[in-house]
Amino acid sequence: MPPTPLITYSNVRKRFPGPAGAVVAVDDVSLEIAEGEFLAIVGGSGSGKTTLLRLTNRLIEADSGTIRIAGEDINGIDPVGLRRRIGNVFQSGALFPHMTVAANIGITPKLLGTPASEIAARVDDLLDLVQLDRKAHRDRLPDALSGGQRQRVGVARALAARPRIVLMDEPFGALDPLTRDTLGSDYRALHEKLALTTVMITHDITEALLLADRIAVMRSGRLVEVGTPTELAGSREPYVSELMTTPRRQAARLKALLPESGAA
Amino acid sequence: MSLLSDPRFTEALSHLADYLGSHLRVSIAALALGLIVSFPLALLARNRPALRNLLLGVASVVQTVPGLALLALFYPLLLALAALSLRWFGLSFSAFGFLPAVLALALYSMLPVLRNTITGLDGVDAGLIEAAKGVGMTERQALTMVELPLALPVIMAGIRTAAVWVIGTATLSTPIGQTSLGNYIFAGLQTQNWVLVVFGCVAAAVLALVVDQLLALIENGLRARSRARVGLGTATIALMVGASLLPSLAGSAARYTIGAKTFTEQYVLAALLSERLQASGLSAASRAGLGSSVIYGALKSGDIDLYVEYSGTLWANQFHHTEQLPRAALLDALKADLARDKVTLLGELGFENAYALVMPRKKAEALGIRSIADLVRHTSQMSIAGDYEFFSRPEWAALRDAYGLAFRTQRQMQPDFMYAAVASGEVDVIAGYTSDGLIAKYDLVVLDDPRQAIPPYDAILLLAPKRADDRALQEALRPLLGRIDIATMQQANLRASGNDAESSPQAVARWLWSKIAK
Repeated sequence: MPPTPLITYSNVRKRFPGPAGAVVAVDDVSLEIAEGEFLAIVGGSGSGKTTLLRLTNRLIEADSGTIRIAGEDINGIDPVGLRRRIGNVFQSGALFPHMTVAANIGITPKLLGTPASEIAARVDDLLDLVQLDRKAHRDRLPDALSGGQRQRVGVARALAARPRIVLMDEPFGALDPLTRDTLGSDYRALHEKLALTTVMITHDITEALLLADRIAVMRSGRLVEVGTPTELAGSREPYVSELMTTPRRQAARLKALLPESGAA
Repeated sequence: MSLLSDPRFTEALSHLADYLGSHLRVSIAALALGLIVSFPLALLARNRPALRNLLLGVASVVQTVPGLALLALFYPLLLALAALSLRWFGLSFSAFGFLPAVLALALYSMLPVLRNTITGLDGVDAGLIEAAKGVGMTERQALTMVELPLALPVIMAGIRTAAVWVIGTATLSTPIGQTSLGNYIFAGLQTQNWVLVVFGCVAAAVLALVVDQLLALIENGLRARSRARVGLGTATIALMVGASLLPSLAGSAARYTIGAKTFTEQYVLAALLSERLQASGLSAASRAGLGSSVIYGALKSGDIDLYVEYSGTLWANQFHHTEQLPRAALLDALKADLARDKVTLLGELGFENAYALVMPRKKAEALGIRSIADLVRHTSQMSIAGDYEFFSRPEWAALRDAYGLAFRTQRQMQPDFMYAAVASGEVDVIAGYTSDGLIAKYDLVVLDDPRQAIPPYDAILLLAPKRADDRALQEALRPLLGRIDIATMQQANLRASGNDAESSPQAVARWLWSKIAK
């Protein structure tokens, strides 16, 4: 008997009003995410993956179905309190441009009423954690940082209030491939170290395969398949097979270019 | 002679503390009121498209109303409100000066504040608002910690625009009785004292720039979270307002306020009255540049104590009589009207400043025109010019109907420019004033009015109800009654229309007194 899942989606549905009638963004999705799991949600634009993520911390409300966190229906939790308990990493950082790096990282503890001295110490720890030099970065404004540094600050901000769960919306999408890879593996290490439960959205199946324990594939609001990379590789679902074509071809090419015995 | 030693400049400088202080007070009060009203409205309207369109629409329409008209409209509006408030609550307030000016200017300041607050908040990246909620901010926290700080530059730009507009437009509050830097401009324009006009314009521009820069300092400080800069900016503005209150305390000590309308003769007579009161040991201050329709109401309510009016103007415009009466009968009837308002008609000064049709002497002789009746057969080929109010006054309708006048074109002009225009042939006939010194200067002739269509316009001295039994005041003024004849007044007006040191209303008033006192 597996342990109680940390996040459970049961028959969740969300419609948005559109110019040509209502658009079903999330259509009857049921999914369980175990404590300590790293789940990637993959899908094209309009697949409903971002909507599912926003439903999780009540940035929007579901039309029907239930979402439970640690067994508790989130509709019974104050949405502001809920969001302070869950870490959130946004596309290209979304740092507040008028606040310093330290103020950005310390924002959620500040909202929770943590004393300033405690926040300052926490900010320094977090800068170490995301491998940014304390002195050089603490008092800078986000504009003075590179894309990769910004997203490291974004991760530090999400972790500031010691959440158990981190939601990430295409966190590394706007970065160059090298930074993206480094940041991805650095975050994966943090996920392990801090025993986080992470839900990450990406449109890049390769990134999902490399980072996640399990991958949920969405299309037109429906959950097409959920499984480990190996399970997905053996899927007979045509859309999943189509998604797997690119990483397979890349893997084959790389294998041919970089023979295991050869030294580059 | 350098500008600094020019007596007109020294005279202008002597009023600076009073005018600048009043200007600053009314501008800052209007701006503060405008902000207090528009800022919450903008926040309220932000997510309500219907309310937002309504607000921006109304504010835009207000903006299209010329500043002078907006200010002028608030006077009768407040007058009516003051009457209602007196009837319902027993409370009376002055509809004159500060209050209408502040309200009209506050209304004027609303559009830039509303529009910039709304567009500034709209311009905040939706991703950042989502992030603000995502990190656990309430709606209020998102507004104060993220949205407002990010919209601040746009909002402050709106406030700065409003400040510059209000300070500029406040110069137009002079005609509704609010002392401002506009007093320089109105007085200078009427007496052709260009030093005064330029002085007023420069003072208003400098004030606008200083306030704009102080607001920029506050904005800068808010952005850089520098308490020092915000404090310095706010303290300087507070200090300026504080300082502006001091001369007003000193100024309000004057016992008598003399009103004057917006033309040369009125400035000269107000200076004369002021000098006479001071000669009798009574302190006096003048409120010059008041609109023709404002000044009587101001006297009736006691906002001013005395001024010189013209019998025909009161008869037709204030009391709305249409019948024509001979001079003495009209004065008697007028006294009855004034008594109902408890206003005292102390007496006539001795001259008449009537509207009259005026044209160049040579042209009139060539055409054989001596009276308006002779003019009629030429009017279809002629153009006429009058001041801003003449063509809408009942006297014009009476004159036109009595003689059947039909001019080819009619134009409105600044009174002091009309005479030069008719002398140069720009227009053929003007509706001038009989006491104007320019008639002699340009060799013009006043056409007779055989049908007596134009009512008499005796210059009369009116006292506010509260001065009805003020013997000291009345004794000080009596030496003026019946002493100023038309030729003397014409000469005085001609002197005042000059553009030199001897042409200030004070200098002309001294000359006038020297002629009368003989």
